[in-house]
Amino acid sequence: MPTPAQSPHVSQSNSMVSNHSKRSPARTSPTFEVSVVSPPSTTDVLVDRGFRGLAYVFAWLTIVLVCTILYEIGGHAFPAIQEYGLSFVTQSTWDANNAQFSVLPEIWGTLSSSLLALAIATFFGVFIAIFLTQDFLTPRVERVFTTIFELLAAIPSVVYGLWGIYIVIPTIRPIATWLHEHLGTIPFFSTPLSGPGLLPASLVLSIMILPTIAAVSRDAISAVPNQLREAAYGLGATRWQVIPGVVLRTASSGIFGAMVLGLGRALGETMALAMLIGNSNQVSLSLFSPANTLAALLANNFPEAGKVEEQALMFAALILLAITLGVNMIGTVIIDRTTRRLTGGTS
Amino acid sequence: MLTLQKPHRHVETVIHSEVLIDCRIENLYYGDFRAIRDCDLSIERGKITAFIGPSGCGKSTVLRCMNRMNDLVQGFRIDGQIHFQGQDIYHPSVDPVAVRRHIGMVFQQPNPFAMSIYKNVAFGLKLNRVKDDIPGRVEDALRRAGLWDEVKDKLKSSALALSGGQQQRLCIARAIATEPQVLLMDEPCSALDPIATRRIEELMLQLKERYTIVIVTHNLHQAQRIADKTAFMYVDTSNSSRTGFLVEYADTHRLFNHPQQEYTLQYLRGEFS
Amino acid sequence: MNSPATTTADINTPLNIKWSLRHRSTLVSVGLSGLTYFIAVVACIPLFSVLTMLIWRGGQHLSLRLFTETPPSAFAEGGGFGNAIVGTIVMVGIAALISVPCGIMGAIVLAECGPESRTATIVRFCAKLLTGFPSILAGVFTYASVVLVTGTYSAPAGGIALSILMLPIVMLTAEEAMKSVPRKMREAAYGMGATQTQVIWHVILPTALPSMLTGVMLAVARAAGETAPLLFTALNSNYWIIQDGQQALMEPTASLAVLIYNFSGVPFKNQLELAWAAALVLVLLVLTVNLCGRALADSQKHY
Repeated sequence: MPTPAQSPHVSQSNSMVSNHSKRSPARTSPTFEVSVVSPPSTTDVLVDRGFRGLAYVFAWLTIVLVCTILYEIGGHAFPAIQEYGLSFVTQSTWDANNAQFSVLPEIWGTLSSSLLALAIATFFGVFIAIFLTQDFLTPRVERVFTTIFELLAAIPSVVYGLWGIYIVIPTIRPIATWLHEHLGTIPFFSTPLSGPGLLPASLVLSIMILPTIAAVSRDAISAVPNQLREAAYGLGATRWQVIPGVVLRTASSGIFGAMVLGLGRALGETMALAMLIGNSNQVSLSLFSPANTLAALLANNFPEAGKVEEQALMFAALILLAITLGVNMIGTVIIDRTTRRLTGGTS
Repeated sequence: MLTLQKPHRHVETVIHSEVLIDCRIENLYYGDFRAIRDCDLSIERGKITAFIGPSGCGKSTVLRCMNRMNDLVQGFRIDGQIHFQGQDIYHPSVDPVAVRRHIGMVFQQPNPFAMSIYKNVAFGLKLNRVKDDIPGRVEDALRRAGLWDEVKDKLKSSALALSGGQQQRLCIARAIATEPQVLLMDEPCSALDPIATRRIEELMLQLKERYTIVIVTHNLHQAQRIADKTAFMYVDTSNSSRTGFLVEYADTHRLFNHPQQEYTLQYLRGEFS
Repeated sequence: MNSPATTTADINTPLNIKWSLRHRSTLVSVGLSGLTYFIAVVACIPLFSVLTMLIWRGGQHLSLRLFTETPPSAFAEGGGFGNAIVGTIVMVGIAALISVPCGIMGAIVLAECGPESRTATIVRFCAKLLTGFPSILAGVFTYASVVLVTGTYSAPAGGIALSILMLPIVMLTAEEAMKSVPRKMREAAYGMGATQTQVIWHVILPTALPSMLTGVMLAVARAAGETAPLLFTALNSNYWIIQDGQQALMEPTASLAVLIYNFSGVPFKNQLELAWAAALVLVLLVLTVNLCGRALADSQKHY
């Protein structure tokens, strides 16, 4: 437990208590001229201490929760770690009948779908962040657009999955077929799009992480001091000389942080991918071939898993946890540092 | 009590001097708020013109009109014309970006970019696609801004590491590197200590030979020390609003010693007593 | 009024300040601005496409029976998802009961008791990590620590899984809300000799309440749409939580999101139509809560 003296306010109120109790006034006179001030009663002090203690207990719960998550998943994965070791991430069979488990295709699918989605979402997200901050719109319209882009994040993942199955896949299938027929020699287009696949999954995924990237980039861009923009405009720069030359350059680390956070979201996204990626254990360069991700593997196999497969799935969960925690940690640190630099420090 | 009278329109004899910017602002609005009314004056080539007046009277606003910096403010609207070398810069066919390349600006707070000193000065050159002898031009600008000797050994280090006065001189160097015709300075010394202020003032007197300078200042002594002509603005608080207007515009010496308007007299008396 | 030649050289060049696309930088600028508008419009398409499809395909089948009946079997006609709506509400309610007190108490430490203390720094970092915590792992964790222990899939297990996802949202928005209470207010209270608890209860919490409520509503909206954490904590069910006067809280529980997922890939037309209708109901529910939260935040921007 932390000592209460860590807070400046606490030490202040403690000293106040002692001051008062030293010169405790005698409250005997009935006239109102005498001060009604009294030191905080014992109850007040106890309630104060108790409440703050309770708050700290709840705050610590968050830390305990994170540790428990690591412990529980790690603990349940332990037998599988002993059993399969490194081969778990280098081979590509998932066979519950023969108790052969490994997740190379899932890791490949997780990374490739996320990075593809990240590329698309960053392109759109940065332009949207610029659109929302660089005087393209009147404030009222700006708010409307901001809400629209934020609502993109409010639509549940499973609804995007449903939409992806019945809208996105039929829409892109003719394009994919054309690309496969004419440019089939390029590895990216080497298989036809029969239905679910990497590309539709990544497209929907990019829509889902777009709001994160746009919002965090927008914050980074609007934190660029107006003085700097004015300086550039005052030199006779056009809007598109100011934006890359000054605005994006100053906000670059914040935008990078946005990308990392977006990547973290993409890596952990489950439902839309489970519905759209095809759940096929193969490593392929083709954008149109079905693939699988760690999260989709868990969603699809966990409900019907036996004891042994469950341990293997826990191992897969641990890998996913490690990847997302790592990426999110990097993103959080980058953004924290950027905000501190732009708001606190001078140089 | 003073009576509000229409400010006396100054009919200057334009014989020896040449008008570079002819400013005729009838009204200026930010949204519904009328910030300026009746501000007519002519900036002459090769002179330093100072704007003085109480805070909130719109000195900076008028200054920022002259290179269309106010276009960046939401809801800005202007009735009237500002002619720069005979062309109305608020005409729809005019590109504000081009105007700003001819009329440079130095701001109240030093605002160097988070780049090296060298890149800060070269920024404007890059905008104008100047290709030849950039190092020479950067050096020349820094010399004229009186900063060269202090920074010649650390051109590649960050501009943010300079002191406030050095940063402001860097901003001046940045502004003059592209050889604009006019330099607008919006209280350039207000964030600086007296010694740095002194240096900037000396610098302005040197720059005057090459550039026309318009400066906004809250320091009357500064205006007296450096300006050839001075414009006094005041704020009209009738109609429960704050609208700035031009009271008097004359040679500095005349404005300070023989003000023609009652407002000017009272303001100067209040400030100097 | 154009100037005659003077001594300074640069004045001789004729002044060209006309706006023209022939200037390269102007052309580039106009082009990129056009591209920006185009991209912004393209990025709006998915949202409107989703909404149109939901209204078109889901709206056709919207009727009262959807809310009063239980899901049909594969070849059956009719049916509804009333039990799933109840299940979603119950589980989100459980999640809110857990995450709101924890989140707000935690936020009190982050914003008031010791904003700079080591505890606060670690807690804040953990909360930020949890915002990016994959929802499926919340399910895996709850499965391991609740379902395996109680031996059954249940509504509380689903609620706990959802609460893990709600907690960081509630905590971080509540922290922001409390921090935006003006300094002078809390100084006034401290200056009168209030204890920290009194300041928190009488000044900070009442002032920050609307903004904290916004955070809670955003968290509820997120939790209501989550599927992954429920897949193997609450599983699914074709029955009501209270069936024939018997409560079945510790039994597998249905939810809208899982129902959509289960029915999305089936070849049976009726179930598929139900999935679309359920998606419409879910999105309406989520967007309503979300937009109410935003409206509340907008109405409170000024103190």
